[in-house]
Amino acid sequence: EDIEGTLAGIKAIPSYNLQRQSLLDMSLVKLQLCHMLVEPNLCRSVLIANTVRQIQEEMTQDGTWQMINTQSTGQASLDRLVSTDILCRSSRDQAEGKHVPAYGTFNKDFESDQAQDSSETMSTASSVQAPRNLQSNVWEMENPQENKGNFQKSLDQIFETLENKNPNSVEDLFSEVDNSYYDLDTMLTGMMSNTKMGHCDSLETFSSPTNTPSNSNCKSDLNDLDHIVEILVES
Amino acid sequence: ADIISTVEFNYTGDLLATGDKGGRVVIFQREQETKSRPLSRGEYNVYSTFQSHEPEFDYLKSLEIEEKINKIRWLPQQNAAHFLLSTNDKTIKLWKISERDKRAEGYNLKDEDGRLREPFRVTELRVPTLKPMDLMVEASPRRTFANAHTYHINSISVNSDYATYLSADDLRINLWHLEVTNRSFNIVDIKPANMEELTELFKKKRITDVKFSNTANTGSHKSWRWFHVELCVLSAVFEEPEDPSSRSFFSEIISSISDVKFSHSGRYMMTRDYLSVKVWDLNMENRPVETYQVHEYLRSKLCSLYENDCIFDKFECCWNGSDSTIMTGSYNNFFRTFERNSRRDTTLEASRESSKPRAILKPRKVCTSGKRKKDEITVDSLDFNKKILHTAWHPVENIIAVAATNNLYLFQEKVN
Repeated sequence: EDIEGTLAGIKAIPSYNLQRQSLLDMSLVKLQLCHMLVEPNLCRSVLIANTVRQIQEEMTQDGTWQMINTQSTGQASLDRLVSTDILCRSSRDQAEGKHVPAYGTFNKDFESDQAQDSSETMSTASSVQAPRNLQSNVWEMENPQENKGNFQKSLDQIFETLENKNPNSVEDLFSEVDNSYYDLDTMLTGMMSNTKMGHCDSLETFSSPTNTPSNSNCKSDLNDLDHIVEILVES
Repeated sequence: ADIISTVEFNYTGDLLATGDKGGRVVIFQREQETKSRPLSRGEYNVYSTFQSHEPEFDYLKSLEIEEKINKIRWLPQQNAAHFLLSTNDKTIKLWKISERDKRAEGYNLKDEDGRLREPFRVTELRVPTLKPMDLMVEASPRRTFANAHTYHINSISVNSDYATYLSADDLRINLWHLEVTNRSFNIVDIKPANMEELTELFKKKRITDVKFSNTANTGSHKSWRWFHVELCVLSAVFEEPEDPSSRSFFSEIISSISDVKFSHSGRYMMTRDYLSVKVWDLNMENRPVETYQVHEYLRSKLCSLYENDCIFDKFECCWNGSDSTIMTGSYNNFFRTFERNSRRDTTLEASRESSKPRAILKPRKVCTSGKRKKDEITVDSLDFNKKILHTAWHPVENIIAVAATNNLYLFQEKVN
């Protein structure tokens, strides 16, 4: 059954959940410091990170989070994020504002695999007033809750601080060198922060896990990275 | 020509400095009225050009440091030379711009072309004389103030004591002495100990601008020096309560302040967020006294503008000399002026096609409803790459400088 073909002729407004997911994906890509040559503007980074957190809070509150993870297959759910085409866009595409292709791999139960028009209805959709005390719940999710999946972990890593997660950083805290830049990196991308001479090179030497069937080179690299992230966090 | 990143008139308005993305500073000087060229009064011509900053590489973070000039501030003029501070993300430099219109001739030890003379050829002594030469404007770096900011420097302010100045990034403000380059004093630090809290902090406050107060200058009491500083640490104090019905994922981003300017009178403050300009009475914190919509028609396009990053564009705003009119930029090379008393607003365009020298600018209009009238432009045909972020108003007269990407436009009010 050619779902894509059927939907190709229909110009439907994508569901709110799909729009929200695409906004989340877009935001996470914007936060990836490894795409930057120049140090990103702090204000911009914080605003994007806040947007990510807002979305996550809303998704948690209306139960979408739970629903996603109960329907996922045995695969590491981080693949869901990895497999969206958006992550494989070059940063140049981003700068040119190229339109993002399908997010359909998100969940097999979602009917529309259609490429999404960046619909403007999203910004006027009724918002869920996420109460501020949800924030404490977000941080508490650092406790391993397997049904949240690895996606939650990577999101937490975005907001982690030196003191909590990275043992090597403790001595840095007391050194005389100002490590604020390190804070920013860690906050925004967690373990995925990579100085060009640091992580990227060493991580590429790790062998890739053999889990995902469909892979471009980009996707396999990201899989490697996530695999390492898992190992480092759980150790 | 590179993309212009800052525009600043000096105190008299006779000089206009621009900084660009390539680290260059170009200074324009206003022509004086002369009998031979009566119409040339008001024209600005290039006075000096120099390379202020070069790109650098931060080896620790493995990132480039852009040479883009974020801000230029003129120092109050004390002698024939002009001084200005220019800054990129990390380093502030003090430049001296001086004129040379004479040169010495008749040296004893060297020839006219500069070659050293053989000592035994010097048979008599003479006193060198000064001869006029073509005007030469030289810019020389006098001080370099570096390594004091972790984040990007967004604002500098010079004290009228001609000795100290402030530099600010999003989270910290440092005080410098112009003579001392190896030390600065941190006077404000709002960086949270826990970087997680930064995301909450940014909703409440962030340093966007610093300015030494005009009112109280320096006094002295024994060994203390006093100064007043107006800090635009935007706190929840000056914040309008949000309208819950219009809340979206982009609410926080579009309410983020991109520029703050105090009025010349010191009584009002103007803030620019993505869609509007607000004028605040400094005595009233809970809501602005005036709100002007700059391009409300973009509200339905926020998702696209987030995707192409335009939603993060930092538009500046400025007051005219009498605080009666405010100006700010928009897209498609449009800029808007708002007259505060009459509430009249005008949209003008800075482009070659619409700006013939000495011609009057035609007001533009963006079509917001379905039916497009003649000469109107639809929202979808706006060019979002043509953005006017930087504008400046002459301190006294109605002359405005508008930076449209890599072109600088100067407009003057036509006086009949």
